[in-house]
Amino acid sequence: MNTFAMTTKYIDIQGVEQTFKTKKGLFPALREINLTVAKGEFVALIGHSGCGKSTLLNLIAGLTTPTQGVLLCADKEIAGPGPERAVVFQNHSLLPWLTCFENIYLAVERVFGGKENKAQLKARTNDALAMVGLTAAAQKRPGEISGGMKQRVGIARALSMEPKVLLMDEPFGALDALTRAKLQDELLDIVAKTHATVVMVTHDVDEAVLLSDKIVMMTNGPAATIGEVLSVELPRPRNRVALADDAQYQKYRKAVIDFLYTRQAHVEKVA
Amino acid sequence: MVSAVFHSSVDAAPAAATQTPKPLHRPATEATVETRSNMTVKPAAPRTPRDFSGLWLAILPPVLGLALLVVIWSLIASTGNSGIPKPMETWQQAVEVFSDPFYSNGPNDQGIGWNVLQSLQRVGIGFGLAALVGIPAGFAIGRFEFLSRMFNPLISLLRPVSPLAWLPIGLLVFKGANPAAIWTIFICSIWPMVINTAVGVQRVPQDYMNVARVLNLSEWKIFTRILFPAVLPYLLTGVRLAVGTAWLVIVAAEMLTGGVGIGFWVWDEWNNLNVSSIIIAIFVIGIVGLLLEFALIKLASLFTYDEVKA
Repeated sequence: MNTFAMTTKYIDIQGVEQTFKTKKGLFPALREINLTVAKGEFVALIGHSGCGKSTLLNLIAGLTTPTQGVLLCADKEIAGPGPERAVVFQNHSLLPWLTCFENIYLAVERVFGGKENKAQLKARTNDALAMVGLTAAAQKRPGEISGGMKQRVGIARALSMEPKVLLMDEPFGALDALTRAKLQDELLDIVAKTHATVVMVTHDVDEAVLLSDKIVMMTNGPAATIGEVLSVELPRPRNRVALADDAQYQKYRKAVIDFLYTRQAHVEKVA
Repeated sequence: MVSAVFHSSVDAAPAAATQTPKPLHRPATEATVETRSNMTVKPAAPRTPRDFSGLWLAILPPVLGLALLVVIWSLIASTGNSGIPKPMETWQQAVEVFSDPFYSNGPNDQGIGWNVLQSLQRVGIGFGLAALVGIPAGFAIGRFEFLSRMFNPLISLLRPVSPLAWLPIGLLVFKGANPAAIWTIFICSIWPMVINTAVGVQRVPQDYMNVARVLNLSEWKIFTRILFPAVLPYLLTGVRLAVGTAWLVIVAAEMLTGGVGIGFWVWDEWNNLNVSSIIIAIFVIGIVGLLLEFALIKLASLFTYDEVKA
C-alpha cells in the first residue's frame, strides 16, 4: 500500500503478520505490514495504545519473530536481535549495579572489543557520554541520576554501538514535558550529526512531526495494520519555536490528529 | 559544673524511666551556648534541642521487654517446685562459666567457648557445602525450564522433611557422628538457597535480558553482568534463611550425636541436672544466632539496589 520509491530500501518489511498465543486463544496483533525505511531516514510509528507499534519495533529489533512475512535489514533477513540494530528501551533498562560509564562500556566492549584496545574502548565510551552531555555523571549509578539523564545514558549506550539502525520505544514517554523537549532537541542534533536511521515508537503527535521524515500511522488493534504514511517534508535543521506557527507544520500536525482522533477514534468505546 | 550532665546517653536512659516527660530546656544547652560565644545569647532555651525522643524509643522498649522476661522468669522460678533456677543464680553460674570458656578436661568436659566453636565449625562446613551445591543448582534450575520442571517435584517432596529424619541416613552412610551432623546441616540448609536462587533467576526483569539479547552478550557476560548481580539479593536471602535453619538444627543434631558442641553441652548439663547451664546455653544459642543473622543482613544490604524500578 505504501511503496514509496525510496532510493535505498534499508529496512524492508514484507507482508508481516504477528499472532500471539494467549490463554484465550490466538490474538492477532499485526497483519499485512508492508513498510520500507531508507538509509538515514527518521520514521515515527504512531497510533493508540495497543495498536501493536511496540510489537512492530520488537520485530525489527529481532526480539520476536513474525508469524508470517519477512523483515530485511540491509538485504539480510532479521533472524534475531543484534547490536547493529540498537534499541533504546521505554524504561531505559540500564543495569542498576553498573555506573553510567560501565553500562555503556558493556555495549562498546561487545561491539568493538574484538578489534580495538582498552584505551580506544574507553575513549568511545567517553565520547558517547559527552554526546549526551553526561561526562560529569560517568561514575554515577543509574539510581543516583534523574529520569531524563537515565534516558540519555540509554541513548548514549545505543549510539555508542554505531548501529545501522536506532530503534526507540517511546524513549521520552516517561519524562516530563520540559525534559522531553530538551531531549528531542538533543536527538535532532545527534541524528543530524550521525545520519542515523531511526525508527521510533511514539504516541506524541508533536514529537512525531518535529522529528520524523515519515510518520507511519497505525490502525487500532487487534489485527492492526498501517493506516496511512505521511511524508514530513520540513527542512532541517528544525526548530520547535519557529515551527510552532509554521503553516506546513500545522498541516502535518492536523493530518496526524485527524487520523488518530477522527478515523481511528473507536478505541475509547472498546475500552 | 554543667558539663557532664546530659552527654552520655547511657546515663540518661535510667534517669528517664523515673521522670518521664522531658522538658525541652536542660542544663546542656547552657554548655553549648558557652562554647559558641560569638552567637547571640538571647534565645538560649530552644536552641540545639538534642532530641532524645528517638533514643528513648530505641532503648526503652527493648529494655522493658528484657525486664518483662526476667520478671516472668523470676515468678516461675519462685513458685514452688518448678526446678527453674532464679535469674540471679543463673547469672552467677554464667559468670563462672564465662570466666574460663576455653578450658579442656578431656573430650567430654570442655569450656563453653569450645562447644560453640565446634558447633559453628559443623554449621560452617555443612552450610558451606550446601552453598557450593545449592547456589549453582539454583541458577541452573532458574535458567532452564526443563531442569526446573525436573527438580521441582523432588524439592517439594524433600524440603518439608524434618532435618533429624536425615540423621540416621547420615550415620548409616558416613559411619560417624560428626559427618552425620554435617550431613544433616547440609541437607536442611540447601533448600532455601536452591529455591531462592532459582526464584531470583526467574524474576530477573525481562528488560535486562532484552539488553543482553540486543547486545548479543556471551553466556559468561550475561552471568557476571546481569544474572548474578540481579539475583544476589535473592541469593543472600536464601543464605540467611539457610544459616538460620542450620543453627536451629545443629543443636538438635548434636543432642543425638554427642561429642563436643553446644547441643551436646545442653544435653550433658541436663543429665547433670544443671538447669542454670541450660538456660545459659539458650541465651548463648540465641545470641550467636542473632549475630549470624545480623552479619548476613548487613552483607545483604550492601548488595541491594532499591533503584531497580523506574
